[in-house]
Amino acid sequence: MMYETMEMRQVFANELDKAMAKNKRICLIDADLCKANGRASLDAKYPKRAFNVGVAEANMISIAAGMSSYGMIPFVATFTPFATRRVCDQIAISCLYAQQNVKIIGSDPGLTAEYNGGTHMSVEDIGVIRSIPNIVIFEPVDNTQLVKAFPQILKYVGTMYIRMFRKVPTPVFKDNYHFDMFSADIIETGKDVTIIASGIMVSAALEASKILKKANINAEIINAHTIKPIDINTILASVQKTKAVVTCENHNIIGGLYSAVAEALSANDPFPMEAIGIKDRFGQVGKLNFLLPEYEMTPEDIVKAVIKVLDRKR
Amino acid sequence: MNFKEKAKAIRRSTIETIGSLGVGHIGGSLSIVDVLVVLYYKHMNIDPANPKMPGRDRLIISKGHSGPALYAVLADKGYFDKSWLLTLNRPHTSLPSHCDMNLTPGVDMTTGSLGQGFSCAVGVAKASKIVKDHAIIYTIIGDGESQEGQIWEAGMFAGNAKLNNLIAFTDNNHAQIDGFTADINCVDPLSKKWKAFGWNVIEISDGNDPDQIDTAIIKAKTSRSKPTMIILNTIKGKGVSFIEKAGYANHNMPLSQDQVAMALKELE
Repeated sequence: MMYETMEMRQVFANELDKAMAKNKRICLIDADLCKANGRASLDAKYPKRAFNVGVAEANMISIAAGMSSYGMIPFVATFTPFATRRVCDQIAISCLYAQQNVKIIGSDPGLTAEYNGGTHMSVEDIGVIRSIPNIVIFEPVDNTQLVKAFPQILKYVGTMYIRMFRKVPTPVFKDNYHFDMFSADIIETGKDVTIIASGIMVSAALEASKILKKANINAEIINAHTIKPIDINTILASVQKTKAVVTCENHNIIGGLYSAVAEALSANDPFPMEAIGIKDRFGQVGKLNFLLPEYEMTPEDIVKAVIKVLDRKR
Repeated sequence: MNFKEKAKAIRRSTIETIGSLGVGHIGGSLSIVDVLVVLYYKHMNIDPANPKMPGRDRLIISKGHSGPALYAVLADKGYFDKSWLLTLNRPHTSLPSHCDMNLTPGVDMTTGSLGQGFSCAVGVAKASKIVKDHAIIYTIIGDGESQEGQIWEAGMFAGNAKLNNLIAFTDNNHAQIDGFTADINCVDPLSKKWKAFGWNVIEISDGNDPDQIDTAIIKAKTSRSKPTMIILNTIKGKGVSFIEKAGYANHNMPLSQDQVAMALKELE
């Protein structure tokens, strides 16, 4: 499939274009990043329903909530930090507390902001909004998953944050993949350790799994594409089998996937856990090939974490 | 419709509502009673029996703490039974301090975090333009609220988007929680600011005079390409002398039963 060479932003724009052509209630609001996010053609094609509020993210979120109250289905889009921490109160009150149906697209999560550096690297976006009641947080792994998720994003009535990689993602899922927004995916089965990964860290986890197999360690790889609500049933069943967990996320290990899994397991059946992710540091400029080793987020780092958690296994 | 008599009745009802609890946002509720009366008893295309009627005119009170005045109007219009008014802020009430569209029939947007309701109103006006239902979207902001940056983000966009279906009011009652607006962080000159943001501006010397408000709304409806900002120079706590005299302290003040009786007598 051509998805393998497409940037995720283009896949998203294509899916939105198709949806907007079919459903006149779907709107798109940008805050001066429609070109960066590959959506300029939609502004031209749907001049009334796709528009730009300029550099005013708070206004963008509340305008979307107002449009939702009128029965529209607004998508808003900007970079992850400006889609979350900058507009936390607008998301909480205008969207969730008011029970509106707003789809918030954040692009360039975590370290993937690369040369935009620390100001644009959301190490905390999931943590900031995860405690807002009823919000759904979805982080697509690859283009196939995003395309399969799109009808469910449209169908879901409520405010959802989609944490989206912007460039060409490493393909993970096949065309015959069955997607459910609220079910985590078991990508590989194994008996020794459960590795739960999200976003760009899924392909790193799969690389780590190959290395581990050489040492006769069989990891079960789970993609928690939806971080809230976390699919505790799938995770718990796996962890009760393997009795050890490593989480892998492109986010601060405080407040994100590690926290969500730890909260869910500790309330049910806790097991030793290790975390791969940004360890309570801010981001900095650099390409991923510098940043991932710098933040100890490579497949080799995952392998080390697995060995550590296996030592702690009861 | 005798606006002045109706406004008196709504003020009595507002006092009874807040008085039933003993404390509430009296000042900013009483200051907007007159504009609510002119809107709900003359201008707005609404149906209390069908609060969600498609294509209806809408009112978004961005200064959401003025809920009690709106509730008095909605009850009088028949959106819900008047007995609800005595449940203000009681456990599981449908009438919270701040307006909530999911709890109260007739409330068009959940507001209370200042600045946001105004952006929501801009979004509603934009949506109405898209579906071409010719609704008029009304919204009320506070002068203290106008210190929020989001007010000006929304104002700039609405002016540029030529949302002439949006009619906004500034309840310019000159006071906020911590003091007089001029002393805290002066928002003047409001007329010049809104003109500069591309709005049609009408300033009313007595924002508690229903006839002046009525005339301004009639004029605002003729705006062809601009949203309208009607600046209401109001008195916080309008209509009850001891509440007016309390000045900015009337933002959220306690009311004893004796004070309730005194206020109701003055409003007879």
